Amino acid sequence: MNPLWTLVPPLLVIPFIIYFGERRRNLREASIIVAGLALLGINDRIYSSVLSGQVVESGELSILANFSLRLSAEPMGVLFGLLASFLWIVTTVYSIGYMRGHDEKNQTRFYCCFALAIACVMGAAYADNLLTLFVAYEAITLSTFPLVTHAGNDASRKAGRLYLLLLMCGSIGLFLPAVIWIATAAGTLDFVAGGILADAGLSKGAVGILLALCVFGVGKAAVMPMHRWLPAAMVAPTPVSALLHAVAVVKTGVFTILKVVTYTFGIDMISTTGVASYILPFVAFTVVASSLIAFTKDNLKARLAYSTISQLSYIVMAALLATTMSVTGGALHIVMHAFGKITLFFCAGAIMVSLHKTQISDLDGMGRRMPITMICFFIGALGIIGLPPASGVWSKLLIAGGSLEAGNAIWIGVLMLSTLLNIAYLLPIPLRAFFKPPKEPQPEGWTEAPFPSLWAITVTATACVLLFFFPQPLINLLGLIQWR
Amino acid sequence: MIADQLPALQIVIPMLAAPLCVLAKRPLACWVIALVANVLVVITAWSMFLQVRSDGVIRYELGGWAAPTGIEYYVDMMNATMLLLVSFISCVVLVYAYKSVNKSVITAKHYLFYAAWMLCLTGLLGMCITGDAFNVFVFLEISSLSMYMLIAFGNDKRALTASFRYLIMGSIGASFILIGIGFLYAATGALNMVDLAQRIPDAESERAVLVAFSFLTIGLMIKSAVFPLHGWLANAYQHSPIAVTAFLAGTATKVSLYVLLRFFFSIFGPNYSFGAMLLNVVLLPAAVAGFVLLSLVAIFQTDLRRMLAYSSVAQIGYIIAAFCLASQSGLTAGIVHIINHGIIKTALFMSVGCILYRVGHTHSPSLDNLFHKMPLTCIAFILSGLGLIGVPLTVGFVSKFSLISASMERGWWMVGALVLLSSLFAILYIGRVVEIMLFRKARNPVPVPIGRSEAPLMMLIPMYVLIGVSIWFGVSGSTTLAVASEAAAALLGGYQ
Repeated sequence: MNPLWTLVPPLLVIPFIIYFGERRRNLREASIIVAGLALLGINDRIYSSVLSGQVVESGELSILANFSLRLSAEPMGVLFGLLASFLWIVTTVYSIGYMRGHDEKNQTRFYCCFALAIACVMGAAYADNLLTLFVAYEAITLSTFPLVTHAGNDASRKAGRLYLLLLMCGSIGLFLPAVIWIATAAGTLDFVAGGILADAGLSKGAVGILLALCVFGVGKAAVMPMHRWLPAAMVAPTPVSALLHAVAVVKTGVFTILKVVTYTFGIDMISTTGVASYILPFVAFTVVASSLIAFTKDNLKARLAYSTISQLSYIVMAALLATTMSVTGGALHIVMHAFGKITLFFCAGAIMVSLHKTQISDLDGMGRRMPITMICFFIGALGIIGLPPASGVWSKLLIAGGSLEAGNAIWIGVLMLSTLLNIAYLLPIPLRAFFKPPKEPQPEGWTEAPFPSLWAITVTATACVLLFFFPQPLINLLGLIQWR
Repeated sequence: MIADQLPALQIVIPMLAAPLCVLAKRPLACWVIALVANVLVVITAWSMFLQVRSDGVIRYELGGWAAPTGIEYYVDMMNATMLLLVSFISCVVLVYAYKSVNKSVITAKHYLFYAAWMLCLTGLLGMCITGDAFNVFVFLEISSLSMYMLIAFGNDKRALTASFRYLIMGSIGASFILIGIGFLYAATGALNMVDLAQRIPDAESERAVLVAFSFLTIGLMIKSAVFPLHGWLANAYQHSPIAVTAFLAGTATKVSLYVLLRFFFSIFGPNYSFGAMLLNVVLLPAAVAGFVLLSLVAIFQTDLRRMLAYSSVAQIGYIIAAFCLASQSGLTAGIVHIINHGIIKTALFMSVGCILYRVGHTHSPSLDNLFHKMPLTCIAFILSGLGLIGVPLTVGFVSKFSLISASMERGWWMVGALVLLSSLFAILYIGRVVEIMLFRKARNPVPVPIGRSEAPLMMLIPMYVLIGVSIWFGVSGSTTLAVASEAAAALLGGYQ
């Protein structure tokens, strides 16, 4: 199956969204779900072809003399594509409840940009070379900009400005020079097993600078000091924060770094030159510092945002450790963290819609009013922390193992420290919701979120648990990565 | 038969259209005459382009007089591309101009406007096509004089001062060029470019040639608005009728840049210009300072036209920087940016023209929520703005990627880095306007009137044609890059 097909459903649905518009909103949202199912089906077909060892690739479109746009499927990309398309469906269902419950304006524009962003994510997931990935990366930034500024007020405009400025400056100012440098040095930008820079004759210093340009230039990976846009982007409606700023957009960032490390530099080059050891301290600092900042945040979404920053840096760290085990763990963590974090964001949105509360300190005793949401929040939190029976444990184990394999146990210490911090800033939220008495007398009975949202929350929470018991298919898929 | 006369037709058609316009006098008739002539010119340019691409250089003796006595037209890939670009942009803007001119120029003067337009087109095409150095000057004067006139048509009194200022600067530039050509003639006894190229190597250490070289450098820098000699450009672009601005932005400076290329690469030869004469020591700092400083200046402009004018000077800086590399890849990058920038800047000025047409001003802080009033125009502005920034899949990306990789090839890392820096400035000046258009609530003394009122289709369609072309050139940049690379090879290869 040609990977170009993955662009079709999300792009094709846009005219339908516009046509149905606000007047027939049930049809509008139904059409998105149909497109989502179609996309999931296509990704599933690609998945099975990759499993059976077929070559899945598209034709090429030559946009520069020697460089062209081209899509092809490889294990990490397939995993990312499957993840994004599955969560697109779930998020759409969630949005039905959230957007209507919250009386958001311009919902048609919202769904259009969302579909466009998903199409760009597919382009990134199946990018066959660095140029395609770069193009998709920029397209994601631009297509999500209207989503960040959705509310149209001063706060969202400011956030949008920061969003665009940091992401574009990072990508044009740092990442693009790296891409051009690689293109001039290696003469190609293709993703090749084992990397393309081995014979390019770059000195150790040059490799280090290139790697740093990539890690910091890919602002979507939110390694400090390029992280500021992510907390700011939380002004967007919660489905956006959930799918884009916990899964699709930020994961494109770390996905880019994983791909560049594996297929452009090659893990051998990074481990033999040892250049990553200059960048790893920044990443480790991000892991710990953002966990600490998360502590200080009383706003639920802000706390989750900083938690995301910390978790993204796990993956960057996994990439920079550059062993097969750690990179596998990093790729796996994309999925595991996605399910955990999207559950948490869904819950935050549900609480906002039903109880109109955004601060953690107001949640005392709310477990009785929204028990299902709070249980799911608990499961999601376990997933992020990496405690059984939730999904995050496997990827954290692999990254820790990779750290040992790389012969540097200090990064395990960082991981464990951050895990402890995770426990300390995430678990109190459901605990105080269930066990603390409410501050004001509350009406009896449940006030759960609208049914579609509740459904979405339970789906992702269940997935968190299921992935703990059945991680093998994912690990098998990642086992197909060609390292050399 | 007629295929042999194409080079002459290229010039004769627009030149004859000008007096016809004066005779016809009625605005609509003049416009039709001009448009028909322009379409013919595009067809001529297109068929010559194809001919040159398949069969190689066309040499045409005007009036049958052989070269040293008569004037020769010399068409290779470089000027075939320029002819096509200039005539195409002029044609698209001419369609657009009808509505726009109706609103901004007194009806009684329309016939003069179209006549001047045709003369200007004649001059620009002539500068591109001719193979005779003195003839370049003649056409330069034709285009400049008609351009002063076109600029003065602006309905603002400041248009007159802008035009006068350009007249002074332009005349200085043109006389410098004339002096340069004169000295060359004195030293070599030739005016035909091919002869000049042959004879200069024997006379290259003569003082007359050195003087000619310096006069030509300064003259061409003025005409192509290279920083710091760009003073005339901002006022001229801001106050002339917007259709004229769109036309000039895409063609006038580009043609001067072409003449600069022709003189420095074909006639003097890159080894002399950039080797012995150290031209890049003069031009490169000017170019780099130009694109960095003027991108910065553009951020602070509150008038859209002025902002785009400064951005134009910055883009000229990119092109000159690319020329300074004096390599195949550098020239390719420069030429491709001439094409790409010509198209997007014209499209941008056209979208600004649409705003001017409906809103009546181009003061950017007062364009709150323009998106709800003129969505199509705003989308056009955003799309071409993205091209100016150099977002992937737009023409700007193709240009900048080529320019940066060419400068890295040469080892000029700083130039690459500064190009990126100025792209970041471009994000700021485009982003600022887009943000106002999309998000800001009305709070200014002259807000945009509420309600949907898009510009007329006669203006929207040509604008979207250009944007379509720019998207095509952005997505399949290899098309333009191939043409530019052939053109660069033609320049570097010298005259055959």
